Amino acid sequence: MRTLQDSLAGAPTMPLKTGKAHGERRAGPLIFLIVLWLSLAVAVIFLLTLIVNLLLEGGSRFGMPLFTEYPSSSPDRAGARPAILGSIWVIATTALLTIPLGVAAALHLEEFADKKHWFNRIIELNVQNLAAVPSIVYGLLALAFLALIGVRDKNIVIGGALALSLLILPVIIIATREAIRAVPSEIRDGSLALGATKWQTTWRQVLPASVPGIATGSILALSRALGEAAPLLLLGALVFVSFDPNGLLSGFTTLPIQIFNWTGRPQEGFHELAAAASILLLGLLLLMNGLAIFIRNRYQKRW
Amino acid sequence: MSYRSLKLAGLSATIAVAALVLTACGGQPAAGGDSADGGVSGSVVADGSSTVAPLTEAAADFFRDEAPDVNVTVATSGTGGGFAKFCAEETDISNASRPIKDEEITLCEEAGIEYTEIVIANDGLSVVVNPENDFAKCLTVEQLNTIWGPEAEGTVTNWNQVDPSFPDLELALFGAGTDSGTFDYFTDAINGEEGAIRTDYSPSEDDNITVQGVAGDEGAIGFLGLSYVEENPDSMKAVEVDGGAGCVAPTAETVQDGTYSPLGRELFIYVNNASYAEKPQVKSFVDFYVESEAEVAEAALFIGLTEEQKTTAQDELATLG
Repeated sequence: MRTLQDSLAGAPTMPLKTGKAHGERRAGPLIFLIVLWLSLAVAVIFLLTLIVNLLLEGGSRFGMPLFTEYPSSSPDRAGARPAILGSIWVIATTALLTIPLGVAAALHLEEFADKKHWFNRIIELNVQNLAAVPSIVYGLLALAFLALIGVRDKNIVIGGALALSLLILPVIIIATREAIRAVPSEIRDGSLALGATKWQTTWRQVLPASVPGIATGSILALSRALGEAAPLLLLGALVFVSFDPNGLLSGFTTLPIQIFNWTGRPQEGFHELAAAASILLLGLLLLMNGLAIFIRNRYQKRW
Repeated sequence: MSYRSLKLAGLSATIAVAALVLTACGGQPAAGGDSADGGVSGSVVADGSSTVAPLTEAAADFFRDEAPDVNVTVATSGTGGGFAKFCAEETDISNASRPIKDEEITLCEEAGIEYTEIVIANDGLSVVVNPENDFAKCLTVEQLNTIWGPEAEGTVTNWNQVDPSFPDLELALFGAGTDSGTFDYFTDAINGEEGAIRTDYSPSEDDNITVQGVAGDEGAIGFLGLSYVEENPDSMKAVEVDGGAGCVAPTAETVQDGTYSPLGRELFIYVNNASYAEKPQVKSFVDFYVESEAEVAEAALFIGLTEEQKTTAQDELATLG
């Protein structure tokens, strides 16, 4: 998804930052500008190739059966219904687990913790580093944790949500801290000067003002979780589920796993189905990223 | 974003959590057993080989028409990974593309797991050449390894390098791509290691492409599932394979009776005896699986059981009660 975000975020702002706009005529900046445009073009061309390829291969299978049918041994009557529902269950659970915890952690680190204290500095360093850990490691962590508390079936909704929560928690903490940091200290000082307590200031002034930033960061983090397969595969992901997941302890499969399974089949029909499911996944991700950009543009405050 | 709307968001989040937890508690299926309407319900958990998974999936797919309340799940941890879970009592059925190993037997014994081995289908690969090819009637495993081994890459390019009596004819190689069980099986049987193969051949996930390739080139050799040869007798010729005990032609019969070695093999499911005896849904699923093995094998592109194999399987299940 990085390519997509880059292309969406980078395109409109780039011309404003070029030397050309300020009337510069030297060769250096111009060459650099061309290199930048070429890099952008490479990213966009790859994305377009992928999308066109998927549309051509999976377009014919993209229809109601994909949403309503269960997996089957025959590609003609197979669909991704349990995978779609499974993805919704896992992502919703992940959101409920992660966002309150991540926001609270960021608030503590930013507003309450003593930033000079060695302990808090270690935590800060850790959070930064955790955001760069490969996703499969979080799958291992979740697997070990579930084994430790004695869960026998590890491929359940809450298990998958746990792995994905660990994965995106650092991302949400970092995004939230950025959003909180963007709130000017005058707001805090004003609130405190009017007699509000530290807690009232945080809860009624700082947090509401940083909600757009938090929402944007959270949605981008969740869209990353939506596309993940590796940590879930480690939990022993199911490749064939013929029922709707119905609770936190229910077995599940998700769209990326279903796609992974279908692409490994010898029959051509399954490859088309995989492409159709990829279109759906790509559409969902575009929608979530679009929502994040919309929220950022619509609600962002300029102080 | 005001304080009020934030509070509202908090409240709705709380309600959502509560709803999730409630459905989690209320929506769980019963541990299994006969439901009120006489049909079975509950869950059947299968894991193991990704080669056998399509068979179990097809069985589960057909079984849904019989018993819609039974939730069959299939995972693909591989044969070894499947046994690890099976012997930890995490699964009811273990899919296996080879018989259980000694250390896995020990693992199950230590955990007190008793199981039954059932041959569920036969898997055969055929080596095919162009119909014009009249010299390669029978190839030994060593010759196949000469052609397909990783060290042949770029060096073995002509039929006369395989055997001096073969004519001076350029080799054209076609075969299954890395994603298929066919690929894993062929590389394991011929080159001694799963995934070890020269890379300068034309791989395809669709065996029909291999059929076209072999049909179009006089020096062609390829490998694919046995069923394709029977469906395309004009496009290619199956080669007899000598695994040390003479030349054997690949047919459903030689695969089923085990003489077509090493490119024919049996595929297994291992059933946990306690699950079979105590969970009605496991019993009815496994019984259904064995009963409808022919349709299942056809749907998953494998070779079905012989009468004898099927009877053996059913007899073994009968002793479990």
